[in-house]
Amino acid sequence: MSKPDNTPAGWLEARLPIISAFRREYVDFAMPRNLTYLWNFGAFATIALALLIVSGIFLALNYTPSVAEAFNSIETIDRHVSSGWLVRAIHMGGVSMLFAALYVHMARSLYYGSYKAPRELLWLTGLGLFILVMIAAFAGYILPWGQMSYWGATVVINAMNAVPLIGPALASWLLGGEGLGSVALHRIYVLHFVTAFSIIGVIVLHVAALHVVGSNNPTGVEPKTSADVVPFHPYYTTKDGLGLCLFLMVYAALIFFAPDLLTLANNYAMANPLVTPGDITPEWYFAPFYAILRAVPSKLGGLILTAGSLVVLFAVPWLDRSPVRSARYRPVLRWALLALFAAFIALGVAGMHKPTGLWLALSRISVAYYYAYFLILLPFLPRVEITRPEPATLRGEGA
Amino acid sequence: MKRYFLGVFLALPLSAQAATPEQRGFQVYRQVCSTCHSLNHVTFADLSGIGLAVPDIKAYAASRQVPDGLDDDGDPKTRAAHPSDPIGSPYPNEAMARLANHGDLPPDFSRLAMTEEGGARRIETILRSYAPKPSDVVLAPGSYYNTAFAQNHIGMPPPLHDGQVTYADGTKATIPQMSHDVGAFLDWVAHPHREARSHTGLVVLIYLAGLGTLLALLKRRVWKRVKETRQ
Ligand code: HEM
Repeated sequence: MSKPDNTPAGWLEARLPIISAFRREYVDFAMPRNLTYLWNFGAFATIALALLIVSGIFLALNYTPSVAEAFNSIETIDRHVSSGWLVRAIHMGGVSMLFAALYVHMARSLYYGSYKAPRELLWLTGLGLFILVMIAAFAGYILPWGQMSYWGATVVINAMNAVPLIGPALASWLLGGEGLGSVALHRIYVLHFVTAFSIIGVIVLHVAALHVVGSNNPTGVEPKTSADVVPFHPYYTTKDGLGLCLFLMVYAALIFFAPDLLTLANNYAMANPLVTPGDITPEWYFAPFYAILRAVPSKLGGLILTAGSLVVLFAVPWLDRSPVRSARYRPVLRWALLALFAAFIALGVAGMHKPTGLWLALSRISVAYYYAYFLILLPFLPRVEITRPEPATLRGEGA
Repeated sequence: MKRYFLGVFLALPLSAQAATPEQRGFQVYRQVCSTCHSLNHVTFADLSGIGLAVPDIKAYAASRQVPDGLDDDGDPKTRAAHPSDPIGSPYPNEAMARLANHGDLPPDFSRLAMTEEGGARRIETILRSYAPKPSDVVLAPGSYYNTAFAQNHIGMPPPLHDGQVTYADGTKATIPQMSHDVGAFLDWVAHPHREARSHTGLVVLIYLAGLGTLLALLKRRVWKRVKETRQ
């Protein structure tokens, strides 16, 4: 393997074997031969994040984190900085594309049981990433200091204050004691890019963990022979490449032809602490959680259920007692899981509406089912469910 | 947008100096709306985006005074605006603006066509929906009868009347015409890069479609080898 020391590559290899490591992990790396396009979404998330970081750096060059200047500086970026509108559109669109990719990525992991042994750490680092992405997105949304920035932040800070014992201390630590003003905005700005950069580090852990255990596949059956696998390159480089191209097309269509979908028009009015907007609507990617928050009459109760909806995900690898990974071979779980996805989407739609009448009822039914899925169906279904036979090899599986 | 292009097209043969709706709308803004409404985020120079000529921009900027710090005695100074300055507000501050308007603040125009539900169309409708007050309706001072609102009133006195401006291109300045033109101008103000956005988008999509086609061919060729070993 090692090359003679007298070539530059050989010289580098003897000191820091990154070339061979790259070859091992991204060229020769054995991949199940039957992955579908659903396995593209991790790559989509990575690319969306990379675009967010790069565009974010250029935004940071022109953004001023103060109550007096934040809104102005965003207007300046949008109107006067050359290509500023483009950079900002890439950044704003990137958030939606990242969340969309992550939701599909997580749904894929749930459906094919990718969280089960030996991939628990992939699931856990993934959830860590999801939470960091949520924090970064929340902080980022405050930065333009529009009406929704301000009032969205107010909702979250009120929620923080409702946490017993640590809540008020945590909130005043974030705000710097002065209410939602310049000091807080500066802290939120720092929080935004610190979380954004830490996401890169956690992605490295996530992908490193993946490369230890290898990818799961639609059957949930581990590849056994060399006939079950193909090298990453050229098979998945071309498949990921094609998928990425389509992903970028959707991304481009969004930012160039439907930019108004990316943000609530309200946020183009500068924050005004004296004028509460009629209804404080979240961005779509937070809507399911906002619906849970408002589904319960008690503030603390809503908070516990919302936080719990994330916490319960961390236990999923241990809640699911079935030895069969893929929902393909679990006829009952499969429908239960599709119903979970439907409930989550219903929460998202309900979260964009005032919590009254039917919307409130829908939120309550959906959140009840959400918990029932994880706490009742995952652990107890395997006792009664008759699973279908899994294939012995991946050879006959679709490529 | 298409509608506007069409408008320009049809107007071209009629008049040598045919203006676009945005340009006419700007003329209405300058002569009518700007006595109360600010454009805090739009600079004079930005108006080149609707095709305003550089000398016109310079002249418009020079006609406005902006604060320029303090003189040696500590008194506030002003200077003529530069093209790079924001068009700004007709009032020195918010309190003065409210004082002049029965306590209301005339909204800034920079993003109005975005933040106003219904956009430029809605603004156009409001401007056209003033009517004489029916005798049985009682309005508070500073409220004006306007059928575009559920409560039939608005805090802004009717700003337009027929023939109020003289359009450089000879278009007749009726209230509906001026309302439409102001709407077009405010739409551009709120989305200044819309044209560049869709042009860039088109190029990007065409590029990606080409790349995608090549990648699809490549992928199929590569994966054929695996398909052949499939049973
Ligand atoms: C910034 C966020 C994330 C990035 C950049 C990312 C990236 C990736 C990549 C590149 C892969 C390999 C390709 C693939 O299977 O799609 C992967 C696999 C995986 N990810 Fe993520 N991921 C992120 C978040 C998450 C989240 C939120 C979860 C779940 C809670 C998660 C769970 C998994 C699992 C279980 C796998 C292995 C799937 C399998 O092999 O079947 N990831 N991730």
